[in-house]
Parts: sequence; structure tokens; C-alpha cells
Amino acid sequence: MIKRILTVLTASLLASLVNAAGGEVHLDHMSPDAHDKVSLQKGLRTYMDNCAGCHSLGFARYNRVAKDLDIPEEIFMENIVFSEEARFGDLMKFAMSEQDGKKWFGAAPPDLTNVTRVRGVDWVYTYLRSFYKDESRPYGVNNAVFKDVGMPHVLLGLQGLCADKPHASEGAEYDPLTGHEIAEEGCTSYAVEGSQSSEEFDETVYDLVNFLNYMGEPYQNDRKRLGWFVFAFLTILLVPSVLLQRELHKDIH
Amino acid sequence: MTQNGVNQGRRRFLYIATGAVGAVGAVGVATPFVKSWFPSEKAKAVGAPVKVDIGNLKLGEMVIAEWRGKPVFVVRRTPDMIDVLKSDSLKSRLTDPESNVDQQPEFAKNDTRSLSEELLVVEGVCTHLGCSPKFVPEVEPQAYDANWQGGFFCPCHGSRFDLSGRVFAGVPAPSNLKVPPHRVDGNILTIGEVA
Amino acid sequence: MSNKNFKPAWLDWIDRRLPVSNAYEKHMSKYYAPKNFNWWYVFGLLAMIVFVNQLLTGIWLTMSYVPSAAEAFNSVEYIMRDVEMGWLLRYMHSTGASFFFLTVYLHMFRGVMYGSYQKPRELIWVFGMFVYLVMMAEGFMGYVLPWGQTSFWGAQVIISLFGAIPVIGEGLQEWIRGDFLISGITLNRFFALHVIALPLVLALLVVLHVLALHEVGSNNPDGIDIKKHVDEKGVPLDGVPFHPYFTVGKLPQVVLFLFVFCGVIFFMPEGGGYFLEHPNFEMANALKTPEHIAPTWYYGAFYSILRAIDFPIFFIEAKLGGFMAMGGAIAILFVLPWLDRSPVRSWRYKGWMSKVAIITFAIAFAMLTYLGGQPVTALNGILAKIGTVIYFAFFLLMPWYTKIEKTKPVPERVPE
Repeated sequence: MIKRILTVLTASLLASLVNAAGGEVHLDHMSPDAHDKVSLQKGLRTYMDNCAGCHSLGFARYNRVAKDLDIPEEIFMENIVFSEEARFGDLMKFAMSEQDGKKWFGAAPPDLTNVTRVRGVDWVYTYLRSFYKDESRPYGVNNAVFKDVGMPHVLLGLQGLCADKPHASEGAEYDPLTGHEIAEEGCTSYAVEGSQSSEEFDETVYDLVNFLNYMGEPYQNDRKRLGWFVFAFLTILLVPSVLLQRELHKDIH
Repeated sequence: MTQNGVNQGRRRFLYIATGAVGAVGAVGVATPFVKSWFPSEKAKAVGAPVKVDIGNLKLGEMVIAEWRGKPVFVVRRTPDMIDVLKSDSLKSRLTDPESNVDQQPEFAKNDTRSLSEELLVVEGVCTHLGCSPKFVPEVEPQAYDANWQGGFFCPCHGSRFDLSGRVFAGVPAPSNLKVPPHRVDGNILTIGEVA
Repeated sequence: MSNKNFKPAWLDWIDRRLPVSNAYEKHMSKYYAPKNFNWWYVFGLLAMIVFVNQLLTGIWLTMSYVPSAAEAFNSVEYIMRDVEMGWLLRYMHSTGASFFFLTVYLHMFRGVMYGSYQKPRELIWVFGMFVYLVMMAEGFMGYVLPWGQTSFWGAQVIISLFGAIPVIGEGLQEWIRGDFLISGITLNRFFALHVIALPLVLALLVVLHVLALHEVGSNNPDGIDIKKHVDEKGVPLDGVPFHPYFTVGKLPQVVLFLFVFCGVIFFMPEGGGYFLEHPNFEMANALKTPEHIAPTWYYGAFYSILRAIDFPIFFIEAKLGGFMAMGGAIAILFVLPWLDRSPVRSWRYKGWMSKVAIITFAIAFAMLTYLGGQPVTALNGILAKIGTVIYFAFFLLMPWYTKIEKTKPVPERVPE
């Protein structure tokens, strides 16, 4: 009986390892920095030029973004906001209607205000760099992270188009410990050349994702700063409260 | 100070010290609760300055703009009206003819209570109990004033104001109508911010 | 000492009309708690603090929250972004929910270790269990309110559980939802229950819990009855006034707790996806199930027990069997005072079998909690079954092992 249980245990342990190896795609890591205003500004620029045509940032307001990113109102309204009617305090809702989105891409392009909170920064960072050529798809591209995605490769002009699926082409190797796919050197051959080098493009996407991470929690710097104040206060409170406790304990015999 | 081997002074000091730091903490905890009641970004966006095109506003006419949910009366006054506003015979009947009470931006502290003499921008909210007064520009005897020189009349409780929003003496309203912050660029009047 | 008995006139005026001083003495300054209280005894106080936090932040959140299917999600983002410091109120509430359960779990485990549910404290335990039961309903309905994907699909799964009940199941689901799917109608009634009905019940139960406790007095780590030895005034010799010794005297422990609590609020408010789930930052969508849907961590153990029954038991099909196992796992907690047949309270004086049982139970409960948030794999399935067996064995075998084991004698007085 015990032997049988052990066999089942071992078998299922192995099964879960194999499962882990096959299931998840390796995600490249990125560490966002919400204090890097230049990066955030560049990310905003990239977003407005390439993403805002379809994806709203419908929970954020222009004036908040301008303030947080140190962009003066006039420059912001002239260079960043492309809608004529938009006012400085408006939510960043951009045009495409849901029906049009469904018709063109199969699914309405989602609002991206919270995308990094839903997917995580690593996923978005990897996803945006993982488009590759696939003639069987409506837009001629597929994505290594998001299989059969409806979205076209919007950053094609910058990155170019990878000829093969990056990472997991043939003979993908897996890390025996973590079960993650071992990343290869990104894209090896391009079907279309882009205007940026591989390193430049990684930086562009880093800035974009950094901006989106800021978007997910625009108050994150405030939150952490306030947290340190609270810790400092609690430390101060701890001193008299410990002394008082010791003083009171003298009564208990 | 010592009772039963206990140093009462030290103990009292520790109580006070802990209480004082704790009180600071209580204020800190209260902060988000208090602050969250201030107008939110959404409210501020709705209450943002509004722009009104006054290019088509004729002499002697009024348009009503809306700013922060309040009616704002915009009147282009005729030279006759302006003369009346400057006359001592009118001023002698007013509660606060020199606009001493702080009901207007500094630039509107004059007889016409305006930037340019012609254009009146005033909140259409009676300073008595918040009704909206009616615009009665005609110079003719009225039931409520035999010597009516044109102005605003509040139907709720009979308060009267002249054509620069100054309140008459002997009516319930205590002060002049409020002049909101505003500026004019060409034909565009912006209510809610000054230049 | 002369001014000890001095009472200001205003207080005297009130006392003649409302027994304020009496109540203060009965429940604070002349409520005698055993002097051998250890740090396990702070969790009741901490749970109370978190409860107050939940009430206050909850009231403030309702000021900006809109309970409708179209606006609920937007209004939460509005609180997080547009309301001044609204993000802090929301994180205090969401983090508070997890810490409420955390402190209550530790508080309950303290009771199990030291036998605080034993005679004459059965009612305290039963009231406490009702508190826990209402908290589970409260937490579940609260989680639906942000109207994200986890909200929606979590509610879908939990309400579907009731469909397992024979005959009335289908109709019961529709009655709970008030609709043929989870909709704004469901959201509205959950909102009403979450912000008004259940908090009222919860507050009442907490009062009953404390009143019952103060009637019989607190237990202690040794399970000694301190009321047996009193001085000439009737004050227990091993007792210490609750106030100030276990109120301000416990402030350092409270501050340490606040370090952890605030650490989560300010530095990891999502709690690694356990306190605020990632899919819940996406608006509820009835046509799109998230890839991985798991209940919040504090229901994990019961969810694991539910999933562990994936086989029919005689004529009971698996779905109903799982539902019954989960219900039974909660129900059996209520009768714990009558399962323990040991002549002593604290595990310090119980035999080795009880000690092993309690520790094994704690490990199994923690494991089941963890597994509740994990996807079902063959290994996880087996572990969940083992955990479920241990969970029930702990209770069902208790009358036996507490009776036959050899216990140590309990001292008359609290040992120095």
C-alpha cells in the first residue's frame, strides 16, 4: 500500500515538473523605475504615437500625467494631446469605438491603464518584443507570448519583423531547475528591418512599459514615501510604549 | 513621588510621552479620512474654468454661462447703464457701493465691478438664500421699486441689485453679488481663472 | 491615595443615569486577566483594531463607491486615482481584510492550544465561530464589489456551489443572484449586505463574544482557573487588571503588528497577488474566464477540502460530496467544545497525542490554505486529500485521544 502511494507521489511530482516546463513561456525581466521622469516621458511619447490610436488610458487624467511627468500644461496640450475637444482635466479616453475594434481586430482593444497590474511588467515587456512573421495570421504576424493575438505589430517600423518565432523555435532548451525556457539571443534574422537596433528597441519598450507601470499606480512614489514616514513614526512610538510596558510590568509579581 | 516602590513621576511622564506620540499618530490616521472629502480630481475637472464666446453678445443683452453648477450672468452694458452705475443718486441707495466686502477679485473693485466697464460677469446667485435673481434691464417703475434704474431682482425674497450686482439697502440680501475670477482674451471669456 | 476615590461631579451626574463607571470597571480596570498571558493573547486585541479599521475605511469607501454593474469598477479606480488619498483608504481596507482573517486565525489557534473553548467557555467559542462565519460571508461579498474578473468569477464559483444541493439547488442559485447570471442585481444586494447588514451582525456578535468572556473570565496558557484563589476583596491572586496592563501595556505588540500591516499597505499592497488578485484589475466580463481563478487565500483551506472530494461517495455525487465536506469542515468547528473530553485545558498538560494532533492539524490547515490558491495537479490533489483526512481526523478522533491519553496534573496557582 505504502509503495503504491509512493509511486503515485513520485509520478505526480514528475508530471508537475514536466507540466511546468512545457506550460510557461520565459518572460524577460524588467525593473520599472517610477522616479525616472525622462524614461516615463519617452514612454508617454511612444504610447501616444503608437498605442493611443486604439488603446485608451481611460482611468487616468491628462493633468495628472502632465504634473507627475513634469510636463508644462501648454507643451502637454500641444504636443501630447491630439484630440481637439480634450480638456486638460479629462480622462485619457481615445476614440476607437468598441464595435470598430471588434470588426477590425476580432476583439475590442482593451483599456491599458491597468495592464501592468493585470499582466505584470515582465509580461508586457516580453510581449511587445515577441512579434514574429506568420503568414497564416490576418496581419501576417503572431506573438510568442500571446499565441494568435489579434493585434498587429504596431512597433514594426522600429523593431522590424522577426522572421522566426523568437526563443522557442526548434530544439528549445529548458532550464532543468526552474523549468523555464532558456532565452536565446532574441531575434536572429529579420524579415523586415526596423529603424532601431535591437538594443535601442529594447530601451524604447522599456520606457513604454515603465510608463505603463506608472499608469497602473500613478501614486506609487507617494505611497512608498509615505510608507517610510509611517515606519519612522512607528519606530518613535515604539520607544515610549516599550518603556511604559516595562514600567507597568514592575507591578506584576 | 514614590509609592509602593513605583516611581509615579516616571510613570506619569511615560504615559504623557506615549499619549503625545499616539496623538500625533491619531492625526496622521485621520489625514486620509479628512483629505478624501476635498473635491476629487473628477470634481476639479468638472469645475475647471469654462470658456464662453461673447462675440455675439449685443449691447444691453445677457447670456447665462454655467460654471461649477452655478449660473454666471454675462451682460454687455450700454453707456447709459454705465452712467447710472456711476451716479451718486444710485450709489446712495446701495448697501456697499464701493464694493468693500470681499465679493470680487481685486480688479473688479470699481463702480462697474468689472475688468472693462462694458462687460459684467457676475454669479447669478442671490447672496440672501441662493435663489437666482432675474435680469430686469429696463429703466421703468416696477412694483418693487418705483425708481427702478435696471438691475437684478430676486423673486424669492425681493432682494434687488443694480447692473453691477451691488445690493440695494433695505433688502434681505446682505452683500453684493459675487464676481467670479475671469479673464477676457478677444471674444473669449474664461470664467474660473484670472489672467 | 487620597484622590483615588474622587469622582468629578459631571461623572457622578452621568453615573446616576447611565452606569458608565460601572461598565468601565467591570470590563476594563477591574476585569482581572491572568498574569501569565503570553503574546498569543494579543491577537484578539489586534483583530479588534483591524475590525475598527475595516468599519472606518469601509464607511469612507462607500462615500465614493457606486454599486452598479456599469460603474462599480470605474468607481473603484476613481477612488484609487481621483479621490485624494483614496488609494490609501482602499489599500487599508483590502489589506485589512486579509489581516482580519490572519489575526482571527491565530486567535482561534490560541484557543485550540490552550483549550479556551472548554467548559465554562463554550459560548465564547460558539459566538467566536459565528463571528468567523459572518466574516467569511462578509469577505466574500466584499470581494465581489470591485467588479473585476476575480470578483465576478469568484462569485460565480461560490454561488454555483449551492447548485450542488439536490432539488432546490438550481432555484436557490437564482434566488441568491436575483438573476440568471451574476449581474448588477446581485452586486446591489451584496453591497447592501456587505456594508450594512453583516457589519451590524458582526458588531453584535463581537459584543456577545466579549460579554460572555467577561462573565466567566479569561483562560490562560496553563488553563488554570484563577478565580479559585482570591484575596479578601475577591480579586484573583493571579489576576492583573485588564486596563492598563493588557491595553496600553500591550502597545509595543500593537506597534509591531502595525509595522507589518503598514509594510503591506505601503510597500506590497497587492500582497503578491494574494491580497489583491491580478485579474481583478480587469473589469468583470461574463464571456471571458481568467486562466487561473482561485479564492482569496483565507478561504483556501475550505476550497481545498471542496476540491478534494472529486469522487462519488456511495450514492452522493462528487459535486454534492465536496459541498458537504466543505460545509461539514466549517460546521464541525462549532462543536469543538463538546469533542474535547480531556480533564485539562491547555496542551501543556495534555498528553503527547493531543500535542501531535494539534501540530499536525496546524500544518494540514496551512497546507490546505496554500493548495487552495494552486492549480489542481495530481500531486496537489493527493496532498489536498491527505490534508482533508487530517482535518477531519483531528476533530472526529478528539473524543477518543483526549480521553485515553495520560495528562499531567495542573498546578493550583500560576507557576512563577
